[in-house]
Amino acid sequence: MTRTSTFECSMIKFLEHFGSYLYMLKGMFTRPENLRVYWKEFIHQCYDIGIGSIGIVFIISLFLGAVTTVQTAYQLISPLVQKYVIAQIIRDSTLLELSPTVVCIVLAGVVGSKIASELGNMRVSEQIDALEIMGINTKTYLIAPKIVAALLVIPCLISISMFLSIAGGYFAGTFTGILSEQQFSQGLLKDFTTFNLTFGLIKAFTFAFIITSISAYFGYNVRGGALEIGRASTTSVVISCILILFADYGLAALLL
Amino acid sequence: MIEIKHIKKSFSDKTVLQDISCNMESGKVNLIIGSSGSGKTVLMKCIVGLMNVDAGEIKYEGIDFVNMEEKDRKELRTQIGMLFQGSALFDSMTVEQNVMFPLDMFTKMNFSEKKKRINAVLDEVNLKDSNNKFPAALSGGMKKRVALARAIVLNPKYLFCDEPNSGLDPQTSLVIDKLIMQITKEYNITTIINTHDMNTVMESGDHIVYLHQGKKQWEGTNKEIIYSQDTYLNDFIFASEFLQSAKQMKIQYANAKTNTP
Repeated sequence: MTRTSTFECSMIKFLEHFGSYLYMLKGMFTRPENLRVYWKEFIHQCYDIGIGSIGIVFIISLFLGAVTTVQTAYQLISPLVQKYVIAQIIRDSTLLELSPTVVCIVLAGVVGSKIASELGNMRVSEQIDALEIMGINTKTYLIAPKIVAALLVIPCLISISMFLSIAGGYFAGTFTGILSEQQFSQGLLKDFTTFNLTFGLIKAFTFAFIITSISAYFGYNVRGGALEIGRASTTSVVISCILILFADYGLAALLL
Repeated sequence: MIEIKHIKKSFSDKTVLQDISCNMESGKVNLIIGSSGSGKTVLMKCIVGLMNVDAGEIKYEGIDFVNMEEKDRKELRTQIGMLFQGSALFDSMTVEQNVMFPLDMFTKMNFSEKKKRINAVLDEVNLKDSNNKFPAALSGGMKKRVALARAIVLNPKYLFCDEPNSGLDPQTSLVIDKLIMQITKEYNITTIINTHDMNTVMESGDHIVYLHQGKKQWEGTNKEIIYSQDTYLNDFIFASEFLQSAKQMKIQYANAKTNTP
């Protein structure tokens, strides 16, 4: 196969995937058969995504803040730079990048792979067909509650992560004597821009959509058996991470 | 009644179903039989609309199903129950929740009414005291019975069973067959079964369609199948020497009975 035809094949494959991804999203917008059942599923997903990931978010965020404090202090050796700048750097890097992006990349692995393998298993074991036969729109019932739940829960997780990361920075800074409690508080409040927080949450919303919709797409369209479920799960995590990084750059270029 | 007229289905260059026509009658157990890869499952999936046909007509009580609007199709599907080959029970739900799911989704029953209905259908499939078990804790036969209970909980007009006896021992297979026959007669539903199982064919085949390489090779009843001269059908049904001698004995017995004054 020539290089051109390989490129053409890849483009056709990409467009096919993109088309059926959009088709899947369009298919979600139908009237629910029974709102009560959908609400129950939505709450279940909120619990699964939120409570299921809180532990890993807690650990990662604390260490992100702590490591950033130590490394920033290590680099800021000039006596002209005041200590509170370390707290400013922690605050802004946490709000703008570390919490939304790093935590969402981890969530792509935790939540994304779970969604892809759950839907893939349902597809392979004919559970999705069973729902279709009952007259249920499976895209609306299986995918929409996951996306909506993620749009609600992931920004909450990111907010918690922001708080924990700054707390991690505070503990690492004050306990090791890098900076005092007062210097840390001064740095946190100095030149604070509310938009940074808004920007972090915009990122969290965007990434939440990417994580759930991409993993749902790959899980929902699994064909084959256990091997394909594993492959779909891995692909969904890889594609989600790449798209998160693209969106990260795109949002920064557009909004900052 | 379900009317199937000139159904065709292909996957890229492979033709799986070629011009298949037959009628699946109400109150009867209709069997689709054939060797592996003959197109049985594809035909069933086309009839229930899980796959789209390339050509032909499918009519439920005279109403065109192929060109039906999605809204009407969804409504019709609430009258369809299906028992899948692998049972297709929802892993995260208990037996009770699995059977309750269609009631939750499509009825306005209160909890006690739902509970009563669930217990009635679980009783019907001889499955008591398993309400709180998860599918992983059930045997193959029990899973099939739960799936059957879920399929009939909404009192469907049509029941589809994709290889209901696969992976089951002969005794459990007979139990499942009898249950399906009993439910079919009791509720006067149109039952369509895909099967390889000869017991099912001989015991419950009110109407049998035999597929060979995607074509309808033979059609008849379980009474007629034993006298069939079709080579493919005979090779499929009476594959072993034991079954061939059983067939000969059955024919001799029937002839002797006819000739006795």
